[in-house]
Amino acid sequence: MTVELLLQTLLSGVLFGLVYALVAIGLTLIFGVMDIVNFAHGEFLMFGMYAAFWGFAFWGLDPIVTLPLTTLLLFAVGVAVYRLVIRRITDAPMLSQIFATFGLMIFFRGLAQYLWKPDFRSVDHTIVAGKVAFAGLQFGLPQVVAAAGAVATTAAVWAFLRFTRLGAALEATAADKEAAALMGIDAQKMFALAWGIGAACAGVAGALLATYYPVFPEVGSTFILVAFVLVALGGFGSVVGAFWAGILVGIVEVMGGFLWDPAYKMVLVLSLYLVVVWFRPQGLMGKA
Amino acid sequence: MTSPFRTFAALAALALSLGASAQEEIRIGVLYPLTGAAASTGIELKNAAQLAADLINGTDKSLGLPLAGAGGLPGLKGAKIKLVFADHQGNPQVGATEAERLIAEHKVAALQGAYFSTVTTTASQVAERNGVPFLNADSSSPALTQRGFKWFFRTTPHDELFVQNAFEFLRDLKAKKGFAQPKRIAIFAENTEFGTGAAKLQEKYAKENGFEVVEKVLYPPKGTQLTSEVQKLKASRPDLVMQSSYLGDAILSMKTYKDLGFLPTALLANDAGFNDSEFLKTMGKDGNFVISREVWALDLGAKKPVIARANALLQARHGVNFNGNSARAFTGVFALADAINRAGSTRPEAIQKALQQTNIPGADLIMPWGGIQFDATGQNTKGAGIIVQVQDGKYVTVWPFDLASKDVIWPMPAWDKR
Repeated sequence: MTVELLLQTLLSGVLFGLVYALVAIGLTLIFGVMDIVNFAHGEFLMFGMYAAFWGFAFWGLDPIVTLPLTTLLLFAVGVAVYRLVIRRITDAPMLSQIFATFGLMIFFRGLAQYLWKPDFRSVDHTIVAGKVAFAGLQFGLPQVVAAAGAVATTAAVWAFLRFTRLGAALEATAADKEAAALMGIDAQKMFALAWGIGAACAGVAGALLATYYPVFPEVGSTFILVAFVLVALGGFGSVVGAFWAGILVGIVEVMGGFLWDPAYKMVLVLSLYLVVVWFRPQGLMGKA
Repeated sequence: MTSPFRTFAALAALALSLGASAQEEIRIGVLYPLTGAAASTGIELKNAAQLAADLINGTDKSLGLPLAGAGGLPGLKGAKIKLVFADHQGNPQVGATEAERLIAEHKVAALQGAYFSTVTTTASQVAERNGVPFLNADSSSPALTQRGFKWFFRTTPHDELFVQNAFEFLRDLKAKKGFAQPKRIAIFAENTEFGTGAAKLQEKYAKENGFEVVEKVLYPPKGTQLTSEVQKLKASRPDLVMQSSYLGDAILSMKTYKDLGFLPTALLANDAGFNDSEFLKTMGKDGNFVISREVWALDLGAKKPVIARANALLQARHGVNFNGNSARAFTGVFALADAINRAGSTRPEAIQKALQQTNIPGADLIMPWGGIQFDATGQNTKGAGIIVQVQDGKYVTVWPFDLASKDVIWPMPAWDKR
């Protein structure tokens, strides 16, 4: 019984951590390329969840079926936010940048509350409903699918950065904006791409989360704090770092809460963060 | 401060106070969480309070409560009630500053709010300091009326009574229905004022009534997951879980119970999130069989027609039924209006005095209470609780047995057998 409980808790932590990671990957990508902290990233997640929810509510389409559409939609939202707002503050003082994305966060939350009311809504049946049970352990199928989706998305983003010309151009812009521009890379395009991909990751996370988590205008706030920890813990701008940090934080949060007192689970997560940045200020996989 | 400025300030204050008395409206500041995680509850409370004020200001007497349809307060020559709403976002600091603002800027005659016990604590401190009556209709932390405040009045019963009710209910189940008594109790609560206060009382009364408390889990609200908490509960193998959660956590915990296959004999919830209309909508079938303490239920309308009539009015306007929270907010406005009407003035001292002398009979309320009468601490001594259970997606009264419309279903059926 105890071993089962421990194993169950551990794996639940991993499943959670993977979804955290997916939210953080978009955030870290945008930061890595532009050095701008996107406080409105949780709201991208919220929009992704609402897109999945409305697809279900209006047309009875499953969030998993509409996932590609949600991803494209959020990509467009990311690019639009870049073109309309972020482009104007690229070289502004850091404080202006913080206010801009912070303002966006408040605006998006307010907009969602105005348009869709503050109610909790959820997708009440989905094709991934059910359970996965083995060796006395059981997990919700939606959680398992979400975790698998998170792994696949991370792998795709990683491969894109690693193996495509466009990805290499993006990385080059992240490494040195001026040098990349001299090589003929259009920084504006790269920035827009980073925002598009970053928001699209949140869109994927939103669609997957919507299969088991209620949607409401403030839903982003519950996930974003952890995402910020992951970005710093994994190393600013490191997609792979955010991925491993997600798993680590998921385990620490869930196991810590189980073995010790749940009241202190976030204390454990933030202590882990402090310890890591104490010894490695650049984060687990960040470049010094 | 220079003396010309002082003169100016005095004149300005005079002008303001003249302006206030010239208007034929009585402003009441109402604090609820209109944005943030509990916004959907806050909006329900706001709508119910506004309905109460509109009924008092209007001329439709069909509801059958005194003051409803009075066309304003007769004691103040038909002055209308104007509710000034403020959003405290579930945040105690914001609650205090908003209370300050309502008093200073809007010159409210009284304050009502604030649902969250934590926010009620800070907002009522501001009212106390400024000498403005504060009516609390919906916070259940017992500590609120143990502070020796002179301006604080609470119409709802508090958690101590609710917890006593829960154990009376368990006793009655055994004595009158012959159900096996659960032995092992796990306490599960969010760790702000509301949850911790309730958990402490549950622990105390469980021990006094000879139950074994096998686990007590206090969790930080607004988290992303409750897996570790539920695993802790599961490991303690309880017969009965007593839970205090707000809406988001109530939903999340139920989903986690189901995912991890956790099923106690019964789940005894402490109102709040479990009694929010959104809870049932979101949970669907999985919300069935939850038992909760309540102060109100729609099926009480069969025995008290004014409840059904009031509910029809809310339905017509907002398309939702009353619930325990909104019915109490509605009742709060009527209690304040009753006091201000008898005071015949918007002077705080007069309203305070009238509140102390409040004596509303149970027949004049949409609550299953003996009435409203405040003791020296400001607590209504005639409140009472009921116990409800979700059956077929609706809350039905199951205790006290003489008010019950349905038999309690005990134990909860397994998750896959519903």
